[in-house]
Amino acid sequence: MRYHTPDSFGDAAAIAASATGITRFLAGGTDVLVQLRSDLVEPDDLIDIKHIAGVKEITQRSDGGWDLGVAVAGAEMTEHAGLSADWPGLVEGMDLIGSTQVQGRATLVGNLCNASPAGDGVPAMMTAGVTLTVTGPNGSREVAVEDVPAGPGKTTLAKGELVSAVHIPARGDNAGDAYLRFIPRTEMDIAVVGCAVNLRLDGDTVVEARVALGAVAPTARLVLAAAEAIIGTTLDDAALEALASAASAACQPIDDKRGTIEFRTDVAGVLAKRAAKIAYGRAKGDAA
Amino acid sequence: MALDGKTSEYKQIGSTPDRPDGLDKVTGRARYGADIHVPGMLHGAVVRSPHAHAKIIKIDATKALALKGVKAVVTRADFPEGLEGEDWNLQENCMAGEKALYDGHAVAAVAATSALIARDAAKLVDVTYEVLPHVTDVDAAMQDGAPIIREGAADYSVPEGMHPNVVRYFDTGRGDLDKGFADADLVVERSYTTEAAHQGYIEPHACMGQMGADGRGEMWVCTQGHWFIRRMSTAVLGIETTNIRVTPSEIGGGFGGKTTITFEPLSLALSRAAGGKPVKMVMSRAEVLRSTGPTASASMDIKMGMTKDGKITAAHGTFRMQGGAFPGAPVDVTTMLAFANYNIEHVHHIGYDVLTNRPKQAAYRAPGAPMAAFAVESTIDEMCRELGLDPINTRLKNAARDGTRSTFGPKFGPIGLVESLEAARDHPNMQAPLGPNQGRGIASGYWMNWGGETSASVAMSEDGTVTVSVGTPDIGGSRASMALMAAEAFGIKYEDVRVNISDTGALGVNEPTHGSRATYASGLATIKAAEECIGKMCQRAADKWGIDVDAVTWEDGAAKPSGPNAGDHDPLTIGEICAEMGETGGPISGHYEGSPTGFSGSFGTHVVDVEVDPETGHTTVLRYLVVQDAGKAIHPAYVEGQFQGGAAQGIGWALNEEYIYGEDGRLQNPIFLDYRIPVASDLPMIDTVIVEVPNPGHPYGVRGVGETGITPPLPALANAIRSATGLRLTGLPMTPPKILAALKAHGDNG
Amino acid sequence: MSNKIHVTTTVNGDEAEFLCDPRETLLDCLRDRLHMTGVKEGCGTGDCGACSVTVDGRLVCSCLMLGAEAEGKEIATVEGMADGDALHPLQEKFIEHAALQCGICTPGILVASEALLKKNPDPTEEELRYWLAGNLCRCTGYDKIIRAVMDAAAEMREAS
Repeated sequence: MRYHTPDSFGDAAAIAASATGITRFLAGGTDVLVQLRSDLVEPDDLIDIKHIAGVKEITQRSDGGWDLGVAVAGAEMTEHAGLSADWPGLVEGMDLIGSTQVQGRATLVGNLCNASPAGDGVPAMMTAGVTLTVTGPNGSREVAVEDVPAGPGKTTLAKGELVSAVHIPARGDNAGDAYLRFIPRTEMDIAVVGCAVNLRLDGDTVVEARVALGAVAPTARLVLAAAEAIIGTTLDDAALEALASAASAACQPIDDKRGTIEFRTDVAGVLAKRAAKIAYGRAKGDAA
Repeated sequence: MALDGKTSEYKQIGSTPDRPDGLDKVTGRARYGADIHVPGMLHGAVVRSPHAHAKIIKIDATKALALKGVKAVVTRADFPEGLEGEDWNLQENCMAGEKALYDGHAVAAVAATSALIARDAAKLVDVTYEVLPHVTDVDAAMQDGAPIIREGAADYSVPEGMHPNVVRYFDTGRGDLDKGFADADLVVERSYTTEAAHQGYIEPHACMGQMGADGRGEMWVCTQGHWFIRRMSTAVLGIETTNIRVTPSEIGGGFGGKTTITFEPLSLALSRAAGGKPVKMVMSRAEVLRSTGPTASASMDIKMGMTKDGKITAAHGTFRMQGGAFPGAPVDVTTMLAFANYNIEHVHHIGYDVLTNRPKQAAYRAPGAPMAAFAVESTIDEMCRELGLDPINTRLKNAARDGTRSTFGPKFGPIGLVESLEAARDHPNMQAPLGPNQGRGIASGYWMNWGGETSASVAMSEDGTVTVSVGTPDIGGSRASMALMAAEAFGIKYEDVRVNISDTGALGVNEPTHGSRATYASGLATIKAAEECIGKMCQRAADKWGIDVDAVTWEDGAAKPSGPNAGDHDPLTIGEICAEMGETGGPISGHYEGSPTGFSGSFGTHVVDVEVDPETGHTTVLRYLVVQDAGKAIHPAYVEGQFQGGAAQGIGWALNEEYIYGEDGRLQNPIFLDYRIPVASDLPMIDTVIVEVPNPGHPYGVRGVGETGITPPLPALANAIRSATGLRLTGLPMTPPKILAALKAHGDNG
Repeated sequence: MSNKIHVTTTVNGDEAEFLCDPRETLLDCLRDRLHMTGVKEGCGTGDCGACSVTVDGRLVCSCLMLGAEAEGKEIATVEGMADGDALHPLQEKFIEHAALQCGICTPGILVASEALLKKNPDPTEEELRYWLAGNLCRCTGYDKIIRAVMDAAAEMREAS
């Protein structure tokens, strides 16, 4: 294995583009090193992107949105008061990944690019409408988060491409997001089901909403029908039931060691309701 | 000398001083299995079968041996032939012969100059397999047509006509079952299953072995019992036992799983093949989960009868257990202890030990007891519900007590089940209010304890301080307990005792720290050896005073004349006697060698409150109480620690821990991410009450306390979930998907 | 072995150098190159916390970081917790409360607890339990660990 420490995204992309064997980018390393230790993936070239300027920065843009360096660790997001206040769901999705120790290293982009269907960081990125800058050997392009995962362990990024920046929209008024996942214990597990909800209110009425589910399909995914079920409602019981039904209906899960098809389908609806209520409360300005 | 009758006021035991090894263990200085480095050391790695059941056609190590830094490769061909019985089982488990018998079974091992090279080389060993049909479920393994793991493995006990995978059969009982069931107002029959759970010690197995061409050598091993390591390792290699000296490292947890060998002899074989260089081997977590111990899994049928007022009239249990590809599932213990909590006249147990394509089971804390407790205590809870009886009073009505003839034969002496039930009944946790979706579960449990081969020595230093040498590794504070007992016996300060865990060259044979025996047996040995020292010191004083030794008594660390008739002599302190021992007859030490039989079991009762989320099936443990009989708690804080640790492991087994095999027979969850042991946020504080019904077979009344605590949690959790949801779950673990599915089925049925 | 990487780093305040294979983790390097064997490997996959250290003050699993990444960093391990003969209050309280049985998880839990108390000197029991959720202990059921950390925190608050 060769270990590279490029100081620009261009160089990183160039190394990756010219590599002939297995290539991995190293940010937090909390997936790459596990795969290495478990003899699942031993990269021929490992490209550490933490020597590139700006990758550890969180900056607020003039439009109120946020730009996140690709090597910002989960703990750094959680500790950032402004980001946490604007996007609590996005931050808590990241915060739920692994232990305190893992939070010291793991990154949002790593979680996305590891492309596990169960990545806790991904659904709330989708509902927030996060976009990414992707740098490749031929320059950069912008892409929506939901267009990155392609299946378990697969992304739409081409050979030599890597995510070079994360752009979180401005929060705006009367809005809130939330992410919940189900795990058998209280910590340290991979999500059996995950659900993020992001919504905006006009008075008591939901006027915008996005709902995303994790761990119930080959990739995390936005569920349009679930969002439509609550748009135009005050999140009354009927709306919540419609939301739950739409969320469950969108599930195409598998039976595996972590949960059954039936369980995942049922709990997706339960979490959608619970997350929507939290997001609604946040949009109303409730604490937490 | 007069120590007899010293039962009144204890000066040392029952206190909670700092453990002697505490400083080393909070500073990182303590050396565990993987912490050894010696000059010229090589590193070993094991090639393991990816198949659950496969014929080994060919092993080609050419590419591995060609890798720079690789010094040796060994396979089964490097081990002697002709072993029999358990020795053969151990050898076959350490290194597969004709067939790989489970996913993770060792087929070859490599030694190289670095751990990375060894791992790389292991991947280059080319093994050709012919994959065979496999079976991992105990019930499936008994069915006609199930793949045969090993022809001819069954012993004499197995009746004709059974599948060859049934290798041992047990049938014990007494009384007249028909009469017993006829006397019952309620007869309940239920079937239960438990999955295999791993001991889950945080320290992976690790060892260093060195052996020359002369077959002599050394081992450094994290183990619960280094004499067992020595005997088993040398047997597997066909060499004389004393040729290998084994030094135990500090041990990072064992819970029964480190009482046997799994890969330790490979380090010796590799060392010999590499010209006698020491070889260090450390397992990965995946290797630990795939190839070492879990406990057995079980499938059980229980039938019990009870009168309207709560008297158990009869009990019948059938227990089918698999312990992997080798005989040894602890079904003998399961049948023995299944109904042992209670005084039952008509009782019958049937047990089957069944082979499957899983790793060789190892002891796990009260091996065999928790499965049966789950089945029997769940059934009793169900009967109490149906008859409207209080679960504690019903257990009290049937509880075994002093003089009860146990369901496995012998009469009990003084035991503490009644006291534990009463203490549980009177505990404030029983009054805690329960909210919606919350429930309370109660269950009792038992472990019989053990004595076993025990050797210890106590040596006096020139200043009157004391060195205690025992052969039972300290896994949970036993140095402190030994030091307290020695200090008590001598009447000296705790700080004046140093406790060594000796290697196999320094003491006679010792059984491991297992069977809840260390504090009992090594403690008794320490006291007896101390008494021998005291006797010798009294003799020195008698000689000095010119009186008969019978006229000398020992009190508060000094020899004294026993009364006015003995003459007027100033006491001789331990320091004074030892300061001149060189001139008065030479060094003073005492020994104990024996297999003490005065052990006595420990009963406990657990009370747990849970809340079950009706929408997700998630169980939260709200409150937990352990009440258990310690006989006499030598160091109460470490006794509580045993109670709490046993409860936590039982909670894990009940709720989330399980071996999950895929259709391909491979273990699906060989990683702590998916083998889900309880984390700190899963548990509440675990309340404890130490009951003390002294064991007359120990000088200070000690009962082993280590194992009982894992037995009640399985049924206690099931009973609490029953109370919270109305659902009787009969299969462990009680995971959220299982609970939610049961809730839905229950709801659908009205 | 031309592939070896030369790393200069700081461990418990002292400069340290080692050569490592790029595949070796910080845990491997601390244990095998620098003989800091107080840092334990329980899983190698970030699930048990026995290898906890801080890197530039940030709590991490040393098994989830490459040795090569330690270049120029400040590493702190359990070996650096005591101040000479004076134990850290957490170390004292762990002994006093019998918060260790086998002791293999203890170094990681001490390092993790110290990191929490630096950030939050007055944690609730729940905050502490969640902070330590990545530090597995199989012996104690966590009860005495939680008590020891809470007691140490109280004592440290009083002393400051």
